[in-house]
Amino acid sequence: MNPAILIVIAIVVVLVIVLIALYNGLVQRRLRIDEAFAQIEVQLKRRHDLIPNLVNAVKGYMGFEQKVLTDVTNARAAAVAAGAQGPAQQAAAENVLTGTLRSLFAVVENYPELKANENVLALQEQLTTTENQISFSRQHYNGTVLDYNTNIATFPSVLIAGIFGFHKRDFFDAEPEAEATPTVDLSLS
Amino acid sequence: MATSSFYGQISANRRNSFLMAAVVVVLLGLLGFTIGYAIVGSPAGGVAALALAVGIGSISGIAAYFGGDKLVLTVSGAQPVDEAAAPQLMNVVREMAIAANIPMPKVYIIDDTAPNAFATGRGPAHASIAITTGLLEKLDREELQGVIGHELSHVRNLDIRFSLIVGVMVGAIAILADFFLRFTFWGGVSGRRSNREGGNGIQAVIMVVAIVLAILAPIISRFIQLAVSRQREYLADASSVELTRNPYGLERALAKISSDSEVLEVANRGTQHMYFTNPIKKFEARSSGLMSTHPPILDRINRLRELTGEPPLGSSEAAGLAGLE
Repeated sequence: MNPAILIVIAIVVVLVIVLIALYNGLVQRRLRIDEAFAQIEVQLKRRHDLIPNLVNAVKGYMGFEQKVLTDVTNARAAAVAAGAQGPAQQAAAENVLTGTLRSLFAVVENYPELKANENVLALQEQLTTTENQISFSRQHYNGTVLDYNTNIATFPSVLIAGIFGFHKRDFFDAEPEAEATPTVDLSLS
Repeated sequence: MATSSFYGQISANRRNSFLMAAVVVVLLGLLGFTIGYAIVGSPAGGVAALALAVGIGSISGIAAYFGGDKLVLTVSGAQPVDEAAAPQLMNVVREMAIAANIPMPKVYIIDDTAPNAFATGRGPAHASIAITTGLLEKLDREELQGVIGHELSHVRNLDIRFSLIVGVMVGAIAILADFFLRFTFWGGVSGRRSNREGGNGIQAVIMVVAIVLAILAPIISRFIQLAVSRQREYLADASSVELTRNPYGLERALAKISSDSEVLEVANRGTQHMYFTNPIKKFEARSSGLMSTHPPILDRINRLRELTGEPPLGSSEAAGLAGLE
């Protein structure tokens, strides 16, 4: 056989192998994003389940702070409902819930008996860890998005990304409202 | 190379440790080649000697790879814990495992007032992490998170595996060099053979090179092994910041530990390299030299301060940092 033809065949084979490797790499990275997103859902549900216990534990002590407690309860119900409405509404509702919980923790600081109560402390630790797990899940999600976006924008995957339908994904951003410091209403109401 | 971001520090540390490991590989190759050539008169002997030395070294490596973690946990007196016994610790480990995207490791506690920790295990699926009661008592949640982030980063970066591979090569160099030096002192075969074959000029030169390498290579490779260990410690610090996005927790933890004078009873020369900070106090004090497994704590604090653009601390100021809650 003509050596030139052999060389051409070899080059084509190598190119096909490289193409397969690049394509698989992109698919793998895209799937990791989906997995990371699902993990966030798991943490959010855990928080929904913990909140009623917390509210019950502190209710008896916080006679004057009913507004803070009802805010938390209502925000939780809204977040659970938003789960069916789509990712954007869900994220918005979850951020509102985070704000109400922050207010609740801030108010608990003012009640010494509450701060020392073992059940409350244990529940506070549970909620702290749940909040942390949510934010680390989101952080990991952003990490997978960064890895994927970097891959489709850099050589050599950039050459095939558009053709095979791999497009940029969005990072998880906190809502603008979540950046404002939550106001704590300490008035007797 | 920007060391003011943790990404920059992570790449620099990884690159340095790989370059150092490559130097050890080259040393091993050169040693094997020159020894084989000097003894046998051809490169084929070198390849055979190399394969034999790496094979012998690998046996202990494989044993350490599969059984090393259980051995170390037993020697250190570590007791397993669960949610009921240490809820906050388990929560912090779980948070870091989520951030690192690795499975939850087995968690152990060592009953000792000296604050320290270590991680072991051949990969993320088989990892264990041990913390002293002293560490749990003295650090707050944020500082504990920094330390756990550092330990889980050792797992995620496959540091145990990396140091094992470097260790096998350093061991192979020691075996080869030892065997060869005994051989030339007691055997003296090569002089006679080269006279018979007539290629004595080159072989004699190679012989001299082999002897020089056999004396120097074990020492040099041991120094490099220690340097690699220090680079991986810096890497674990930077990776911890990648997980927590909070250098302050780890900084304060380091400052608290450096100002603590308690001695960790269960640690010894064999296990010192694995801990968060060097548990043998006099080694820690002398650690600015080439002979230590860990970088000096002050240098670790100052590298973290680079990330937040703060000025580096002197040794007397570090204790003040520990006092900040």
